[in-house]
Amino acid sequence: MTEQTQAVENSSRFGGTSVSQIFLGIFGHFIVKRFLFFIFVVWLASTVIFIIPRLSGQDPVKEKLLLEAQRGGAMQTGLDAMAKKYQKRFGLDQPMWVQYTNFLKDLARLDLGVSIAFFPRTVNEIVFESLMWTLGLMGTVTVIAFILGTLAGAVLGWPRRPGWVQYVFMPLLTLAAIPQYLLAMILIFIFAFKLGWLPLFGGYSVATLPELSFSFVIDVLRHAVLPAFAILFSVVGFWAIGMRGMMINTQGEDYMIQADAKGLKGSRIFMRYAVRNALLPQVTGLALVLGTIVTGQVLVERVFSYPGIGDILFQAIRLSDFFVIRGIVIVIILGIAGATFLLDVLYPLLDPRIKVRS
Amino acid sequence: MVQPTIEETRLSTEQAIQTYREGARISDVDALVVDGLSVYYETESGTVKACDDVTFTLKQGERFALVGESGSGKTTLAMALMRLTRPPGHIAKGSVTLHERDLTNLSDDEMRQARLSEIALVPQGAMNSLNPIMRIGKQITDGIIDHLLDDDPTPNKEELDEIVRDLLTRVGLRPGVSRLYPHELSGGMKQRVAMAIGISLRPRLIIADEPTSALDVVVQRQIMQTLGRLQEGLDASIMLVGHDMGLVAQFADTIGVMYAGKLVEVGPVEEVFSDPKHPYTKLLIGSLPSLQEKREFLGIPGLPPQLVALPPGCAFADRCPSRFDKCGGSIPEKLDVGGRRFVACHLYEEEVQS
Repeated sequence: MTEQTQAVENSSRFGGTSVSQIFLGIFGHFIVKRFLFFIFVVWLASTVIFIIPRLSGQDPVKEKLLLEAQRGGAMQTGLDAMAKKYQKRFGLDQPMWVQYTNFLKDLARLDLGVSIAFFPRTVNEIVFESLMWTLGLMGTVTVIAFILGTLAGAVLGWPRRPGWVQYVFMPLLTLAAIPQYLLAMILIFIFAFKLGWLPLFGGYSVATLPELSFSFVIDVLRHAVLPAFAILFSVVGFWAIGMRGMMINTQGEDYMIQADAKGLKGSRIFMRYAVRNALLPQVTGLALVLGTIVTGQVLVERVFSYPGIGDILFQAIRLSDFFVIRGIVIVIILGIAGATFLLDVLYPLLDPRIKVRS
Repeated sequence: MVQPTIEETRLSTEQAIQTYREGARISDVDALVVDGLSVYYETESGTVKACDDVTFTLKQGERFALVGESGSGKTTLAMALMRLTRPPGHIAKGSVTLHERDLTNLSDDEMRQARLSEIALVPQGAMNSLNPIMRIGKQITDGIIDHLLDDDPTPNKEELDEIVRDLLTRVGLRPGVSRLYPHELSGGMKQRVAMAIGISLRPRLIIADEPTSALDVVVQRQIMQTLGRLQEGLDASIMLVGHDMGLVAQFADTIGVMYAGKLVEVGPVEEVFSDPKHPYTKLLIGSLPSLQEKREFLGIPGLPPQLVALPPGCAFADRCPSRFDKCGGSIPEKLDVGGRRFVACHLYEEEVQS
C-alpha cells in the first residue's frame, strides 16, 4: 500500500499538478491526483500495446488473407491489392503518428474498432457481450468466495475456535491445490455426464434465444452452477489461507494481549480486534482480484465453452483477431487501473492510518 | 505532542516526593497474596521454568516494584497474575489471592469479569497496545460495556461520553482525544490512554508493565506522577514491572528482585538500596551510575543461565562473587531476615538460624 501511494505521489508530478490545482476546491486534491494517475496508467499501457504489435513487423491483414487463401485454396492473385484495400479500410496505410493519434482518439471515445474474424461486428459489441457473461459469473463467484474464504480463514486462525472446525474446513482448503480446469472436468464428468443433473457446456441451452423470461434465467443459472463451483472451490482456499495467516499474525500484536487484559468478551475480541485488523490486506487483495476478473477464466470458460471473455480471448488468439485481442487487453487495463483507483479512494475509510495528506 | 497539564506543571518535585512517600497510604490489609506461583513452558527441549515458586504479599495501597533483567520472568509473572499466560505456558502450581479470592480457582468467565474490574493491566502504551483502527473513546468504553452484569442498566451514549470525558481528564488529556485514532497520539498520550483504560472500572490492583519504556525522561516523570495520583484516588495497590532502578527507587515502597525466574530478594525500597542482601542485588545496585562519585561503569560479568537447563543449586552461583561450597548443591530457600525483608541466599542461613 505504501509503495503504491508512493508511486502515486511520484507520478502525479508528471504534469498533472496544474490541472489538479484547478479542481482543488471541487473534488479534493487526493481524488484528483489518483484519478490523473489512473488516466496516466491507461494511457501508458495503451501506448505499449499500440507499439508492441508494430515492432513484430507482421501485417495482420495480410496474414489473415494468406491464411484464408491457404485454407480455401482460393487464388493467390490480387492478394496484395486486397491487402492494400483492407489496410486502407483499417487505416493501416497512414503514417505511424497519424495511426497513433487516431488510436488515442478512438480510445477516448471507447471505440475499440472492428473485429477481423467476425467482420463487420465491432470489438465493442463482442467484448461487451462476453464481458456480461464473465462479470455475471466471475463477479458473483469472486464475492461469494471472498466472504466464505475470509470467514473460514478467520475461524481457522482463531486459537479459541471449537475443535471440530478444522475437520470441516481443512479438507475444503485442500481443494485449493487442485487446478481449476481439472476440477472443472471432474465436476462435468460426475454431475453433467454421469448423473446428468446439469448441462454439459455453454451459457444457455443451444435451442433457446436470450430473452428476459423466467425459464431463460433458470436456464442460465443451471449453466452457471458447475463453472461457478469449479472456480469457487479453488478460490475459497486462496482467501481462507491468506486470512488464516493474517489472523495468526494479529495474535502476536500487543493490542490483542491488551484486549484480553481488558476482560473483553471473546466475540468482541474476535470481530473488532482480530478480524477487523486481519481483514485489511484481504480487502486490498479483493480489489486487485476484482480488477482482473474481466480477464475471465480462460481455462474454465474453455472447458465449459462458457461464452465469457476468456473464451473470446482464446478464440481471438487462435484466429489472430488482432483488434479483439487489443480490445480485451484494454478492458483488462481499465479493470485493473479502475480497481486500484477505487481502492486508493476507499482504503482510508477502512484504515484510518492511511489518511489523505492535506 | 502532549502538553503537560496545568496541574502537573504546578506540581513541584518536592510536592511529588512528599505525596509519594506518604506512609499512611499503605493499609494493613493484604491486597494480593502470591504463594508459590510457578509458570512453566513445555517445549521440545524440556520444561522452561519461566517463573518458579514465587511468593510475596502486597498490602492495600502499597507500591511494589518488580525488577530484573530481560528474561528474568517479570512479565511472565505479571501475565500469570491476570491468568493471561498463553500456551505452551501454563500455571503449574501456586495460588494468586486478590482480596481473599483465589484467582486460580475462578472459571474462565469469572476471571474475564475480574480483569479490568479487580485487576487491571497498564501496558506499554507507547507501543501497539491500542487497536489501530478503533477510536480512543470506543476503546475505553468497550471494556466498560463488556463488564456490565445482567441486571445492570445499559448506559446510553451520553452517559458513556461522560465517563470517557471524565477518565481522559483524570489522566490529563483533552476530552477531544476520544475521537482520535491511536496513530494520531504521541507516545505519552497513548500511555495516558492506557492508564485511563486501566482505571476505568476502579480496579483494586494495577499492574503497570514498564509503563514508561520508550518515553523521554520528562514524559516519564509526568506519567509516573499521574499513575501515583490515580492510585491514591482509587486506593488501589500497584505492581510496577520494570528495569529502571532509578524510577523504582523514586516510586515504589517495596521492591522485589527477580533472577532466572525466582524472586531472590524482597524488601522496603530504602533498605534494599542502602543495604542489599543478595549478591545479585548488590551487583545490580552497584552497577548504577552515581552523581556523587565518578568511577568506571560496572556490569555483572557472565550471563544468566538458560531457563531450560538450570543448575542444581543457586541459579546465580556461576556469576556470584560470594560463592561457596553449598551454592552449587542446593537451591536456597526464601529466608525472613527481619524488617519485612526476605532473601533467597545460602549466605544468610546461619544468621537467621542463630
